[in-house]
Amino acid sequence: MAAVRALRSCSRTAGRLICVHHIRSCGSVRFIKSKYMSIFDKSAFKFSHQHRLFRTSAISNGQIVQFKLSDIGEGITEVTVKEWYVKEGDSVSQFDSICEVQSDKASVTITSRYDGIIRKLHYNLDEIAYVGKPLVDIETDALKDVASEEDVVETPAVSHEEHTHQEIKGHKTLATPAVRRLAMENNIKLSEVVGTGKDNRILKEDILNYLAKQTGAILPPSPKPEIIPPLPKSETAPAAPKDKGTKIPIPISKPIVFAGKDKTEAVTGFHKAMVKTMTAALKIPHFGYCDEIDLTQLVQLREELKPLAQVRGVKLSFMPFFIKAASLGLLHYPILNASVDENCQNITYKASHNIGVAMDTEQGLIVPNVKNVQVCSVFEIASELNRLLTLGSAGQLGTNDLTGGTFTLSNIGTIGGTYAKPVILPPEVAIGALGKIQVLPRFNGNGEVFKAQIMNVSWSADHRIIDGATMARFSNLWKSYLENPASMLIDLK
Amino acid sequence: MVIPSSLKNCFQLFYVLKISAAGFKYTANRGLILQSVSSDVYQNLAVEDWIHDNMNLENRQVLFLWRNSPTVVIGRHQNPWQECNLKIMRKKNIKLARRRSGGGTVYHDLGNINFTFFTSKKKYERMENLKLVVRALKGLRPQLDVRATDRYDLLLDGNFKISGTAAKLGRTVAYHHCTLLCSADRFILSSVLKSPYKGIKSNATPSMPALVKNLFEEDPTLTCEMVMDAVAAEYARCHQIDHRITLINPADEIVFPGINNKTKELQTWEWIYGKTPKFSISTCFNMVYEQSLLEVKVDIHVKHGRIEVCNIDLPEQWLPPAMCNELEKNLIGSKFCPSETTALASALLRICPQNYELHSKWSLLCENVMTLM
Repeated sequence: MAAVRALRSCSRTAGRLICVHHIRSCGSVRFIKSKYMSIFDKSAFKFSHQHRLFRTSAISNGQIVQFKLSDIGEGITEVTVKEWYVKEGDSVSQFDSICEVQSDKASVTITSRYDGIIRKLHYNLDEIAYVGKPLVDIETDALKDVASEEDVVETPAVSHEEHTHQEIKGHKTLATPAVRRLAMENNIKLSEVVGTGKDNRILKEDILNYLAKQTGAILPPSPKPEIIPPLPKSETAPAAPKDKGTKIPIPISKPIVFAGKDKTEAVTGFHKAMVKTMTAALKIPHFGYCDEIDLTQLVQLREELKPLAQVRGVKLSFMPFFIKAASLGLLHYPILNASVDENCQNITYKASHNIGVAMDTEQGLIVPNVKNVQVCSVFEIASELNRLLTLGSAGQLGTNDLTGGTFTLSNIGTIGGTYAKPVILPPEVAIGALGKIQVLPRFNGNGEVFKAQIMNVSWSADHRIIDGATMARFSNLWKSYLENPASMLIDLK
Repeated sequence: MVIPSSLKNCFQLFYVLKISAAGFKYTANRGLILQSVSSDVYQNLAVEDWIHDNMNLENRQVLFLWRNSPTVVIGRHQNPWQECNLKIMRKKNIKLARRRSGGGTVYHDLGNINFTFFTSKKKYERMENLKLVVRALKGLRPQLDVRATDRYDLLLDGNFKISGTAAKLGRTVAYHHCTLLCSADRFILSSVLKSPYKGIKSNATPSMPALVKNLFEEDPTLTCEMVMDAVAAEYARCHQIDHRITLINPADEIVFPGINNKTKELQTWEWIYGKTPKFSISTCFNMVYEQSLLEVKVDIHVKHGRIEVCNIDLPEQWLPPAMCNELEKNLIGSKFCPSETTALASALLRICPQNYELHSKWSLLCENVMTLM
């Protein structure tokens, strides 16, 4: 009412302004008209502005309630505030956690008694708060019922709230009084509604979704249905005289409520370092070369050798063979084990074959390397790999294990995939990605089909210093060692 | 439509009976004694969480008995770097857990028994619980000199602490839990509960170190099982309930719906380390490089377990200032954790000028900075 009256008075003043201006400017008619228009527009703006002002003041007319720190028991009078879960301006619902306080080895979670907006926090972190004194100021909606002045002994109020909770197999259903009213009005049992709020609290949208489901609307699957479905209807009949048959007419074109929100976080720590590394890596002109390897003979060989390694306490996978074969190949094509400087002015041919093995850990991708593969036996490589894997999964790899690599193999096939496009890790110049081993039909020398164990390899190399032919020849050599493991014997150092 | 309260009580009893069918055996709704079959600290802490969040303890009490594999458990508002030796723990695979109750740091292993007393908030009474434990022990071995102090500790022979206490109060439920040293490994306990980290400035709750002793040392015939049984019997007698211990499996999602999520949350880095109140480390250390001794000053501020401010003061020109700045800049926002720092430092090394001397200096510096974590 007041708002309407204010509007009318505004229009009157605006009208007066316009009239005055009209009388003053006696120039061209067009000029007056435009002025008239602009003034009118400004007044119109003023109208809506005033209108808005009135609206907002109506909202901030909510009651500010001082939520006092209630009795914690054992005669405790003061506590230390240890953590705030809310800040000024946050909106809270009843039962939301507000803060954590500590007193003499007891940690207490203080929950809100009201729905509303936090307007003031009375204490900073690590300050002493007093029982019975205000903890926070909450602005509650003036229309809603505000709980009466809290008594220092909070427990009687608490026990009342207890009885309003329904329990299914010891699981409470949480919902604000407004939501409960809505449920009651629509004859809905709270235990049948899936809560999507905090702590599986039932929100108003959940009730509406439930109702919509009753009328057959299609809903997206609910996030975490932790409330157990109720017992068969026949057993609960005496309890509630509600009638499921009466469906409340809801318009089918109800918007589906999705409470998800985008989440933005800064790229920090290890991920930031990865961003830098990968940016540098992609400055290298890559070229790819892929092939397929028939591992039938190697699979058989490994089966025979596995128990031997087991006896010595080492788990033998395929990787030690791949690594050793790569090192033998690098002896013939040392340019793949080299490094270039920043402006690609000098190539350094590295003497040691420190072959890196990409590992997926909690941090992300890390690449520990096996040092000096050129002088290691397959067994020694296997035991070193075991050591690196154990340390890697425990997050205990040292800088020495993670630096100094000269060539990398990434066995992405353990997770899946066939061909890949690996990215070279600077300061190296080549990398290989191994796909999974698949059983596929192939033709042998006699034209007969046989079962072959096929694995795909995808190489990437720095095209500034390595050409396709070199890569292809290296790959062929590596492939021949693996397809015919006996041939590794004559070249083994 | 208001459901009359009498009908509501039937409701609850009805569901209680349904639960009995599922495995819990109630006696007159008065109380329950539970024992965990798991020795995983996170699972057991999750059981406490679950009971706190889900059970109606208006008219009933619960006693929960549990033991863990070697773990260090810190209080809700404590700083693990200040309280324990994380390096030894990592080497020996001793876990670290942060509980939701307050109080100080303790070491658990299978020779330590944990008792949790769940009550409604108004029946929260720590001294009564401790007196119950003392009565149980005295009933078992009358000559034992055990008593409770006003700091809620239990002392053996007047001098040695055998039990520490902590508590958590929620909106309607409260729990008080305490440890009891029966036959724990004292050697590991003392080595693991001593922090090697210097220069930490923090407002986190500090622990009070105390002389400890095992009950087993006083009377070698005592075992954990006997003690657990004695306390359960005394609890049953006091609350007039059936002296029957119900074994529970903390991984059972059907009996405890939602418990696996609680277990997972307790294991996250954000909970264990990220909940540390903000602190700073200001210290210096010496590095030896090619027969020269270098002094390095470090000032790091950590908030939510992540580095907020990082200043490393090196001797002039030992490392190009650009490289040192790069390290400081990249450490900001990263977890205060050696594995993250190692991964980060190694990744950065890939894009530095490839020079053996620089690499070895960088590795040396990083290794030393990591000893602070």
